[in-house]
Amino acid sequence: MNRSGRGLQAYAVIYLLFLYAPIILLPIFAFNSGTIIAFPLQGFSTEWFEQMWSNTTLRRALANSLTIAVSASVLATCLGIFAARASTRFAFPGKGGIMGFIMLPMVLPEIIVAMSLLVVLLGVGVQLSLLTVIAGHTLICMPYAIAVLSTAFSSLDRSLEEAAYDLGESRWGAFRLVTLPLVMPGIISALLISFTISLDEFIIAFFLAGNEPTLPTYIFSQLRFPRAIPVIMALGTVLVLISIVLLAIGEYFRRRGNARIGGSPTGGLL
Amino acid sequence: MAKFDAEARAGLSLIAPPFLYALLILAAPILTILAYSFLTDGYLEILRDFTWVNYAQVFTDPIVRTVMLRSLMVAAIVTLATVLTAFPIAYYVSFMVRPEKKAMWLFLITIPFWTSYLIRVFLWKVILGYNGVVNSSLTGLGIIDEPLTFILYNINAIVITLAHAYAPFAILPIFVALEKIDRSLLEAGRDLGESRAMTFWRVTLPLAMPGVIAATLIVFIPTIGDYVTPEVIGGGKIPMIANLIQVQMLALDNRPLGSALAVTAMVVVALVSLLFLFLNRRFLKVRQ
Amino acid sequence: MTEAMIACKGVHKYYGDYHALRGIDLTIRAGEFFSLLGPSGCGKTTLLRTIAGFEDISQGVVLIDGRDMGEVPANKRPTNMVFQSYAIFPHLTVAENVAFGLRRDPRPKADKAAAVEEALAMVGLKGYGARSAHALSGGQRQRVALARALILKPKVLLLDEPLSALDRKMREQMQVELIKLQRQVGITFVLVTHDQEEALVMSDRIAVMFEGEIAQLDGPEALYARPATRRVADFIGVMNFLPARILSESAGTVTVEVAGLGQVELPERQISRADPEDDGPMIGFRPETMTLLGPTATHSQPRETNASIDEVVYYGDMTYYDLRLDGADQLDGKARPVRISMRNVFGRDVQEVGTRTRLAWSPGSLVLFR
Repeated sequence: MNRSGRGLQAYAVIYLLFLYAPIILLPIFAFNSGTIIAFPLQGFSTEWFEQMWSNTTLRRALANSLTIAVSASVLATCLGIFAARASTRFAFPGKGGIMGFIMLPMVLPEIIVAMSLLVVLLGVGVQLSLLTVIAGHTLICMPYAIAVLSTAFSSLDRSLEEAAYDLGESRWGAFRLVTLPLVMPGIISALLISFTISLDEFIIAFFLAGNEPTLPTYIFSQLRFPRAIPVIMALGTVLVLISIVLLAIGEYFRRRGNARIGGSPTGGLL
Repeated sequence: MAKFDAEARAGLSLIAPPFLYALLILAAPILTILAYSFLTDGYLEILRDFTWVNYAQVFTDPIVRTVMLRSLMVAAIVTLATVLTAFPIAYYVSFMVRPEKKAMWLFLITIPFWTSYLIRVFLWKVILGYNGVVNSSLTGLGIIDEPLTFILYNINAIVITLAHAYAPFAILPIFVALEKIDRSLLEAGRDLGESRAMTFWRVTLPLAMPGVIAATLIVFIPTIGDYVTPEVIGGGKIPMIANLIQVQMLALDNRPLGSALAVTAMVVVALVSLLFLFLNRRFLKVRQ
Repeated sequence: MTEAMIACKGVHKYYGDYHALRGIDLTIRAGEFFSLLGPSGCGKTTLLRTIAGFEDISQGVVLIDGRDMGEVPANKRPTNMVFQSYAIFPHLTVAENVAFGLRRDPRPKADKAAAVEEALAMVGLKGYGARSAHALSGGQRQRVALARALILKPKVLLLDEPLSALDRKMREQMQVELIKLQRQVGITFVLVTHDQEEALVMSDRIAVMFEGEIAQLDGPEALYARPATRRVADFIGVMNFLPARILSESAGTVTVEVAGLGQVELPERQISRADPEDDGPMIGFRPETMTLLGPTATHSQPRETNASIDEVVYYGDMTYYDLRLDGADQLDGKARPVRISMRNVFGRDVQEVGTRTRLAWSPGSLVLFR
């Protein structure tokens, strides 16, 4: 590698450090026995993890977040399958506009989605609950699910399904026996990504959950209290670990899916 | 003719469920906000009188103007900083990293994005704060006597935090654009006697522009509407437009004015984006 | 005369405003190896997919084995297809791929397994059943695709450019194997190809298509020796063209003056159609129908012409000569080089550029396009 290459490499390493700075600090403070989040460190302690485990509000928030994330990811992925198949397999009038509109929540500020939905729900008189959060999360997870699923569907040779049909299967049989198994890795990774997004989503949960806490809204409420911060650090550490594991699994399935249908290992989400 | 219709029908019936869902959960609320923004705020209820008052207030209120300009400025600085720092990374991964390692680099770059946004924002506050990691380390090492204040709870801190949060959104589109460049074009540039720098300037950069433009929009549009960062880093003292909308809608319960703010914000974002696309239409044509 | 397996009557196909098939009338006989040949976009694949049932037709009738296919979907038709990409299911093993169409077959499992083994043996893949499909080479995928289709004993096997993804050696080998396989199973094969050589090698009969219409339907020899139009002649192999002037006509025989070749008399069977864009009548002949003579050589051909050699292209077994016939520009003032091919047999020297030479030929090898 030449000189400019080495310069770029050094820059890339520094940039990664910048990207990872908060994540590296997280476990450091989570295991620090001091109550103030600052250097120098006081000593090693697992106290914050124990406190976290025994916190009932936190458990409730966790249960709520899991309920929301599972529901929203399943719904978003199911809707995403329809959209991804429609966009990769069929030409229909208004396709660009419709797809653009469905993908819009990817760039639209969440505050707009949350506020407008809130205004309508209050106007119609719907009680805020986990259901309203699920509705909002499904909307914002859907574009990500579609992005992942579209790569899975579009890398699929169209004649595979025709071949199954030609060999005597029904349309549904061809889809179930050929298309579905081949896009299954994409479906799993869409589920995981939607799950991760929903689990971490704050604004919609904050405005649409009523009195029910979720993990992010719980964290937000605790950030004001310096005493509560070490527990939040512990919680953050656990969440980061979970996210990394889920993403690694998602990535594994995506690549395995690609390898199976002979695609390239790069590409993927976004 | 029949076949075309059959295909269109199949496509439309497939796209119907997600489309109807988006209509119900996204389009209907946004249209409602649009309608609200022309109504009059009563004390306990919203009066069904058409009015331009809310928009008049949006455009004359000095606070609104300050906050709107601040949001635009923050978003512009964040976008500039993010895209400028992201480009070399995308370039490095696309041109310098061996093909089999590219996926790993992309994975490394995207992981931080998937970890709790709130906690990441909060940790930047910890890193940059008065007794934060940077200041306590620098004073501890004797480099400075007093904690640095220019990185404290202010716009700079907001910019750094947002630049961090949106880094992958800038890197990935640029990376994709760079990956699409036919490597023989660069060799041709060099072969025709251009220097490495001139080849970059005349071949690589123009071809990467669509990615840069996409990155710019993908970073700019959400950052202008960011709610969490001003709330956590700025402690609510330096609100951006999202915070103002929330205050009008909920704390002050003036939904028509809040709606007018939201609609104005969307229109401003759309206009800035269109202007940006218009200025760059030359680069976008290259692809076709 | 054998019976008709496939009959297309007045088949039209529109995609929006695009007229892909323009009134196809076609009969394919039972047990025949039939090819649809044409450049890309000529409608040959559309016609094949119409027979398979993947495309609805806009107008007309398709009959298979005497039965109207109008309301019969692709999965109920007595046809099976070998796709251009082979469409081997990558998540299944070779045996599972071959057995795919037997899922609804009521036979016991052991019988089906035996059928799969037999089908694999037929295509030369005995013992490959347990392999996973995505690890196969191009040629092996093609064989799996064949076995998977033939195990269902269709009345018609449809092949969509099946050899285009293979390298040259493999392609030539598979051509021969396909012919043998077709004779062995006796099923009607319908092949789509853009490769004229492939069509000539494999087919009993060939339909040449341009722009959604059949330009000529004939056996390979007739197609090569007596192309029905100048465009067909141009598409299949190499043909030289020289301008001609019609002098007289009587009882089907036409006497023409050909630039560089002089006066010839041609019977009706040597007369084909010109194309609308042609300026006037043209005479066509294949490169191998004329013989280049050494300075002293004698010959038994009825006619002889003088020419000079412009270019020599040596191919090992063959040499191509680009020649200028004396008087080739006499009719329209344009110089028209012609190409002659000579086999490099022992004792015959390759001639040099710039030499004057003699050419022996027979009027029987000319075709008039008018």
